[in-house]
Amino acid sequence: MAVQLEFQRRSKLLSTITDSLIMVKRSSTHILRNTDQLLGTFFQPIMFLVLFAAVFGKSIEATLPPGVSYLNFLLAGIIVQTVAFGSTTTAIAVSNDLQKGIVDRFRSLPMSNLAVLNGHVISDLFRNGISTIIMILAGLILGFRSHASVLDWLAIVGLILLFTLAFSWLAAIVGVVAKSVEAVQWLSFIIVFPLTFASSAFVKADLLSGPLKVFAENQPITHIIEAIRALMLGTPLGDHGWLAVIWCLATMAVTIPLATRLFARKSS
Amino acid sequence: MATNENVITARGLRKSYGKIEVLKGIDLTVQKGTMLALLGPNGAGKTTTVRILSTLLKHDDGEVLINGYDVSRDADKVRSVIGLTGQSAAVDELLTGRENLVMMGRLYRLTARSAKARADELLAEFDLVDAADRTVKTYSGGMRRRLDLAVSLIASPPIIFLDEPTTGLDPRSRIAMWDIIKKLMSAGTTILLTTQYLEEADQLADRIVVIDGGKVIAEGTATELKAKVGKDRLELVFKKTSDYKAAVKHLGGEVVDTNDKEQSLALIINDTNKDVRRVLDTIASKNISVESMAVHKPTLDDVFLSLTGKQKQTTEEEA
Repeated sequence: MAVQLEFQRRSKLLSTITDSLIMVKRSSTHILRNTDQLLGTFFQPIMFLVLFAAVFGKSIEATLPPGVSYLNFLLAGIIVQTVAFGSTTTAIAVSNDLQKGIVDRFRSLPMSNLAVLNGHVISDLFRNGISTIIMILAGLILGFRSHASVLDWLAIVGLILLFTLAFSWLAAIVGVVAKSVEAVQWLSFIIVFPLTFASSAFVKADLLSGPLKVFAENQPITHIIEAIRALMLGTPLGDHGWLAVIWCLATMAVTIPLATRLFARKSS
Repeated sequence: MATNENVITARGLRKSYGKIEVLKGIDLTVQKGTMLALLGPNGAGKTTTVRILSTLLKHDDGEVLINGYDVSRDADKVRSVIGLTGQSAAVDELLTGRENLVMMGRLYRLTARSAKARADELLAEFDLVDAADRTVKTYSGGMRRRLDLAVSLIASPPIIFLDEPTTGLDPRSRIAMWDIIKKLMSAGTTILLTTQYLEEADQLADRIVVIDGGKVIAEGTATELKAKVGKDRLELVFKKTSDYKAAVKHLGGEVVDTNDKEQSLALIINDTNKDVRRVLDTIASKNISVESMAVHKPTLDDVFLSLTGKQKQTTEEEA
């Protein structure tokens, strides 16, 4: 062999971090090279925002407190919905890896087991971050105005990141469990669609009735939307803030170990 | 340590999926710097064996040592000395050839500089320089396999598992792959290769283990296996019917097979030189003229078919 090979010695923790970074680079490259998906990332949020504001704007504005435009109300809901739908890409990426032989390759290497999932979840954070920024910019163009302070915005960004992480880990489980990429798509859909629709994303939850109202008022997505909305509009946060954080952390406490275990089992 | 030390050892390897027993006690050893071919039909348990030896799959019973490390207890140590090339090319389609190599090199814990230098070296060696910066999506089947093998060599592991490396390749790509594998062997790499192709095992391997139905049914060198199946066969063809009949009569009990339509007969011979001369002398002394003659050595196909019991089936079909 002409090339003299040098190996690095690293501690277990450092290895996990380095391996994860290598995988983040891989997954991010995938996102950038997958142009069809990338276009969706750009246009889907804008489409949602424009359509919902145009279709529901007039009828729902009447139910909102005076002075609150539907666009201002809607933006928090649309951001959370887009992140939730966007997590499907994590599920598809995980499923794709498992269908093709590449996971076998990774598992035959002296690398951390966690790194592959870490790579997909963290790169998803970047992609969703871009989606969110595009949506806020589109909102501003359409007339969205916020009185949030810098500190409020930091809290909003923090909440969105936390929610993205929690939902991507959930999506990772879907990706591991589903038997094909098609299955990922409908499975994600039946999880994400009811969760985001039966919430306060598009209408105030107290306008709903019966069991739907009880569900919508108490489910995690509503707390996250309400927390972001309150921060954006400068209305009282109530219990939504800490409930949102607790829901996200609790979800991750379950999904991260579960996804990791299922992934290890599925790929063997 | 002795020079003929075994770097791959499997003893009493068993594996079941539910009630189906896939491996029923496989034993095999591979000596350092040699190649063992694991030969068997589809479903024999070749891939399962390789997946267990390369830490991808847990076995139910038995013991596996790779370079002295137990695959169940020291999986990470095993992983740092092995390279695996599976049946489906396990490379990243959206990355370029070079990116694949560097990424896998880094995951093998190579320094960034080493990974890059080694990637360049392998791209040149595997004739992939022109395609190095194209995404793998655009590669042909042969190029993918070459990249796949290159990737498993990125950290120059001393032990390589090749799981059906040429299945589905066109003849030219297959021969190119064989050349690469031969080069690897001459560099002293220990190789375990699985294949359904007898010719491949015959061409490449030092030793062959034939498995079928999850069990080892024969092992040895290609020559030893061929000798097990049988002796050489001498076939004579005659132009004139009278010559054919006379030959059958004079050679008598030695004839094992006759074909009236083709006017040919076959004899089993033990010693090619002596027996061929003797038979021809007999024929010549009776003024019988032979149109053509041929000595057939048993091929590994004969070995394989007779060992896996599939010959009977074919003969019955023919009859």
